[in-house]
Amino acid sequence: MTRVTDADTRALRASSAATPKARGPRESMLSRGVAMLIMVIFTLYFLIPIWWLLVASSKDRGDLFTTNPLWFADFNLWNNIVALLNYDGGVYVRWIVNSIGYAGVGALVATVLAGMCGYALAKYRFRGREVLFNVVLGGVLVPATALALPLFLLFSQVQLTNTFWAVFLPSIVSPFGVYLARVFAEASVPDELLEASRLDGAGEIRTFFTVSIRLMLPALITIFLFQFVGIWNNFFLPLIMLRSEELFPVTYGLYAWNSTINQFPELRTFVLVGALLSIVPLIITFLLLQRYWRTGLGAGALK
Amino acid sequence: MRHMKKAAGVAILATVALTMAACSSSGDSGGGSDAAACAPSEGDVTLTFTSWIPGIEDAVAIWNDANPDIQVEVQTGPSGNAGTYQNFFNQLEAGNAPDLGQIEYDAIPNFRVQDGLEDLAACEDVVAAEDQFLDWTWGQVSLGTEDEVYGIPQDQGPMALFYRSDLFEQNNIPVPTTWEEYKSAAEQIRALGGYITNFSQSDINQFAGFVWQADGQWFQNDGNEWTVELTSDASETVADYWQDLIENDLVAVYPPWTDEWNNAYNSGEVWTWNSAVWGANSIASGAPDTAGKWSVAPAPQWAAGDAAAGNWGGSSIAVFKGTDHLYEAAKFALWLNTSEEALTSLNETAAIYPATKAGLELPVLQEGVEFYGGQKIYDVFAEAAGQVNPDFVWGPTMTQTYADVSDGFKAAIAGDGTLADALADGQEKTIAALEAQSIPVAK
Repeated sequence: MTRVTDADTRALRASSAATPKARGPRESMLSRGVAMLIMVIFTLYFLIPIWWLLVASSKDRGDLFTTNPLWFADFNLWNNIVALLNYDGGVYVRWIVNSIGYAGVGALVATVLAGMCGYALAKYRFRGREVLFNVVLGGVLVPATALALPLFLLFSQVQLTNTFWAVFLPSIVSPFGVYLARVFAEASVPDELLEASRLDGAGEIRTFFTVSIRLMLPALITIFLFQFVGIWNNFFLPLIMLRSEELFPVTYGLYAWNSTINQFPELRTFVLVGALLSIVPLIITFLLLQRYWRTGLGAGALK
Repeated sequence: MRHMKKAAGVAILATVALTMAACSSSGDSGGGSDAAACAPSEGDVTLTFTSWIPGIEDAVAIWNDANPDIQVEVQTGPSGNAGTYQNFFNQLEAGNAPDLGQIEYDAIPNFRVQDGLEDLAACEDVVAAEDQFLDWTWGQVSLGTEDEVYGIPQDQGPMALFYRSDLFEQNNIPVPTTWEEYKSAAEQIRALGGYITNFSQSDINQFAGFVWQADGQWFQNDGNEWTVELTSDASETVADYWQDLIENDLVAVYPPWTDEWNNAYNSGEVWTWNSAVWGANSIASGAPDTAGKWSVAPAPQWAAGDAAAGNWGGSSIAVFKGTDHLYEAAKFALWLNTSEEALTSLNETAAIYPATKAGLELPVLQEGVEFYGGQKIYDVFAEAAGQVNPDFVWGPTMTQTYADVSDGFKAAIAGDGTLADALADGQEKTIAALEAQSIPVAK
């Protein structure tokens, strides 16, 4: 499954690297040429695996090993997709829906929580504020993988393993999101504006949801994107928590198939086509949110 | 907001539960032993069963229809070594293991040493079923003991020689029946520009199958201590044989299961494959252009006239420690692996090659296979299944042993050391790993 995850991240990096906007002072032709060359090489480096995946997905099993790996043979993509969607009672569709549920809803909740938390840390003075912030910041350093096993033992105790919640609950916390939200709230939500809305009679919660959240939108979109991609690619947690096929996210389902390819070779095509389809939602999310995201980074940098 | 409350609630619950578990767990451990009684449970029973075999649900559905009072729920995941075994250990640790699980033969000793499996010898039906299974498959689940049974054998992988009958015929090369003839065939094929086979640098299981065939043992257990014999005479004979072929460039060394590997077979560069019965599908799918050109012959022998076969793969259904329904679990596991309807279903959906004597007579296994020119290839494997040495035992740390030996094999392929060196290194590290887990090792 590392291949899929790599392809995912490559897709993201590639699409951001592929649209540079050169402005500012003129450079010499040479340095410009060298820079272009390096960028072209890296673009190819990131795009070729996806190209390969697309080509491989369009071949039937016989052609896969016998024809040029980087060019099309008989075009069977649609047949392959139909076969994939029908295999094992359409379980793949279920996995995609699950992934969208875990990653979409999870990232949304995580964004709201991180936004509120960061905002509170930035805009309210209370005892233990810095300690709390440092503890949260410490959470950034702990890799999700290291937490998976303790989480499994905890969830076992409350009999929540092998449920939707086992993957969803750990996904809705984002220490990095809190950090980002705090930095951004400090920079972009003026205290004067909050005072003004208080004077106008708005409560703290209303102020947050009607005024502050708009000012923080670029940061929130960034947090959402990070968290969405993070949950989508989080593979170890479902591996440890889930047993029932109907709860799998797509990454884990494909991994399970892939691990039995030696004995069930017909799954190879499904893994390839499934991997190709599984990056589509990521690309769509990214393209839809990209412009918010870029203005967000820019706004942060200018302040 | 609602989610946050829920999360907080769960966190508090979890803390409380953990504290309580910590207080009570010392008291629990004494009461576990009476689970060994194999008596029917009262009322309806639901069993959980984890397996990664695609399509096993179909066989389970047949059982569920016929047994409304013992329902089986299938759970799934990646293949054993790709994560499911680790999950089993985690679940045993957390006390929520499934009732039944798929475990390959080479992993049973590991679960046994960690005390993760119920001894099915407590169940009369299981003991009575021994005669239905091939001796050696039963040996795999009894771990060579007389009075213990840690699983019901499901499938097996007796080994034979897949070969390109068309190429052998065209070039007047006789199909080798001994390893000596195999080497001279390898030289003739090399002269024609091909390779006789691909030495699989990372499938230590294939190599173990060769050692198994040569009557070698890697492990023995007398009930108290483990003996590690990766460097036994038989093991070294096999290693030296393949080392010689590798050094003389008589075999290809493509990494197994890759595109290059498939392509080498598909293009006719590689002519034979010493593999298990399930390999029939691997070739058919990896080398589709060669349809109709393959045949299967008994594995080459170390001495002319011998009839020994190795085994590569195979698994069992085991019952995990802590189940409340040992009787029902054993009953289901027996049905799944002995009844004709279940075996037929497993063969159809997942090409499972049964471990029972009667299973080898299934009608589907008596037919000619088109990819192999209509040859009744399963006759060859059925014969091989009867020639597998029943005494071969796996060790309790196979994952580590495979990894160490495989590292050494890869180095040997790259010209750094030999296969025998890799085995010696694996021997040393395996003993160290056993001792690190306080498993007694005979010196």
